[in-house]
Amino acid sequence: MSLLNHAIPLNWYLLLSAVLFSLGVIGFLIKRNLITVFMSIELMLNAVNLTFVTFAYQWNAVKGQIFVFFVMMVAAAEAAVGLAIIIAVFRARGTLAVDRINLMKL
Amino acid sequence: MTSVPDIYRILPEFILTLTGVAVMLIDSSLPPSWSRRYLGFLAAIGTTIALWASILQLEFPQGTGFFQTVETSAFTVFFHVLICGLVLVALLLAIDTLPPHTHHQGEFYALIVFGAVGMCLLTSAVELLLVFIALEISSISTYILAAYRKQTGRSPEAAIKYFLLGSFATAFLLYGIALVFGATGTTQIYEIAHLAPTAQNHTLVIAALALMLVGILFKVSAVPFHVWTPDVYEGAPSPVVALMSTAPKIAAFALLLRVVYEMFPDLRSLWAPLLWIVAVLSMTVGNLAALRQQNVKRMLAYSAIAHAGYLLAAFAGIGEVGIAAAAFYAAAYAAMNVGIFAIITLVAGYDEQLSLIDDFRGLVYRSPLLGCLLIFFLISLIGIPFTGGFFGKFYAFTAAVGGGAIALAIIGLLNSGLAAGYYLRLALVAAQRPLADQPVPRKPEVGVAVGAALLLAVIATLVLGIIPGATLDAAQSAAHTLQAPPAATTSPTSAASPQAAPLQSPQ
Repeated sequence: MSLLNHAIPLNWYLLLSAVLFSLGVIGFLIKRNLITVFMSIELMLNAVNLTFVTFAYQWNAVKGQIFVFFVMMVAAAEAAVGLAIIIAVFRARGTLAVDRINLMKL
Repeated sequence: MTSVPDIYRILPEFILTLTGVAVMLIDSSLPPSWSRRYLGFLAAIGTTIALWASILQLEFPQGTGFFQTVETSAFTVFFHVLICGLVLVALLLAIDTLPPHTHHQGEFYALIVFGAVGMCLLTSAVELLLVFIALEISSISTYILAAYRKQTGRSPEAAIKYFLLGSFATAFLLYGIALVFGATGTTQIYEIAHLAPTAQNHTLVIAALALMLVGILFKVSAVPFHVWTPDVYEGAPSPVVALMSTAPKIAAFALLLRVVYEMFPDLRSLWAPLLWIVAVLSMTVGNLAALRQQNVKRMLAYSAIAHAGYLLAAFAGIGEVGIAAAAFYAAAYAAMNVGIFAIITLVAGYDEQLSLIDDFRGLVYRSPLLGCLLIFFLISLIGIPFTGGFFGKFYAFTAAVGGGAIALAIIGLLNSGLAAGYYLRLALVAAQRPLADQPVPRKPEVGVAVGAALLLAVIATLVLGIIPGATLDAAQSAAHTLQAPPAATTSPTSAASPQAAPLQSPQ
């Protein structure tokens, strides 16, 4: 039994990650700048990572922790592509405001 | 536990990866002034070998490799062949329609091939970690491809919408995976199927199913997760749309089949009504919105949403019947959709100056071959007999009726009638005589590669419509292997035995 288990119940970590995930979803939906929207997605992915680590601790299964490494790696690859696309958008349109990226009506 | 080396389990993916790396290396070592066109042929040859390797996999005993992360079975081979075929058609299409001065043309072909690796892997993964990585390989490649015409404003706009909503969906899928890991302590699909019904925290399993469904339905662009589709299809280059409206979608449908039929068969009472609603919404919203489109690519985007609805109708079928109908529909949808996008690429051109419905006026007179093929694929999309579309719809709705969803089949049939409205409008416009004062657009040229691509799509659509028996047999054996995973039959160490399950209780 480690210190962690006595200090804060595991459910609190799960609750925290659920709150972080929801904040990411809300940020994605209401923010109006492409970079901020992209950061909201990263927040969601990190919330998932926290969930994985918590469950990995609970089950004593290293599989969950390995998963976190892969998520971080993929998030980095995704960030590289995403930022490149954001630069392409900025060069083509001169703005990063979501409301003005509207050549094609949604 | 298996008699074949692990490498044979990922043979098509391995060949595709080698092809992609070769294309990229040769591309960077060629002098800048040389044509990159032959790299496209190299990629196409690699994809053909991968297709052959997928068929070869049928010879091996069914089973898993790499510590139970990839599976080879009739199910994976069926979808591998389908995806490799689609990628081959898309590559041939790109070879003839990419303008010679396109920047980074070699990378374009390499990205298509790398995307194919992800899509193939997605259908054969039986470990959620690999599912996630495969999904990202295919998604990241298609994000880049969608932005390829970066000089125009529309292509990056399409790419950013695709990228943001795609990553958003992936995050939901990932949260679902995290929760199912929390409920069962594993991420191996057979083990989850075995442990989920007895999981202590059943709410967690249900939440995981819901989140994973949100993620996957985004990828197949079913209503209400469809808003990105028309914009992305309109803005992305047409050869890329031919690929991404078919191959990644079909891979996502394979994942959906695996998740609902193999991972959570016991939760049928939950997912079946949900998919029923999504199917009805997709068909109706897709068809109604398609009726009022002026841009052909947008119209076909909504038509693709409606077809996702027809495919989801097959999920109302119970067990093997439903899976076989869904797999067959996927094949029929792929053949006719890739064909019609090939024609649109040729008519509209890479720069897409002629993508309005009025631009297709007089196509039959301007280019008889393309005009007739356009009408042929439209007939198949309507679902008229002797084309793949007819049998696809027939099996999907039969499966739905067999599963007791008679209302769903009736709504589907009504929708097919509604859809005939906009397909016939395009067909009639193409068959009309050109107006006297209409400017004469350039005549589309059909090169060797595009000709081969069109031929493949036409043959596939006709074969599926006239002699569907062989494909249906393949779909049925695919369904059979999905319903009875090797865990229960061949491998003694896998999930079927309780010892493999993590027995540690939470501390």
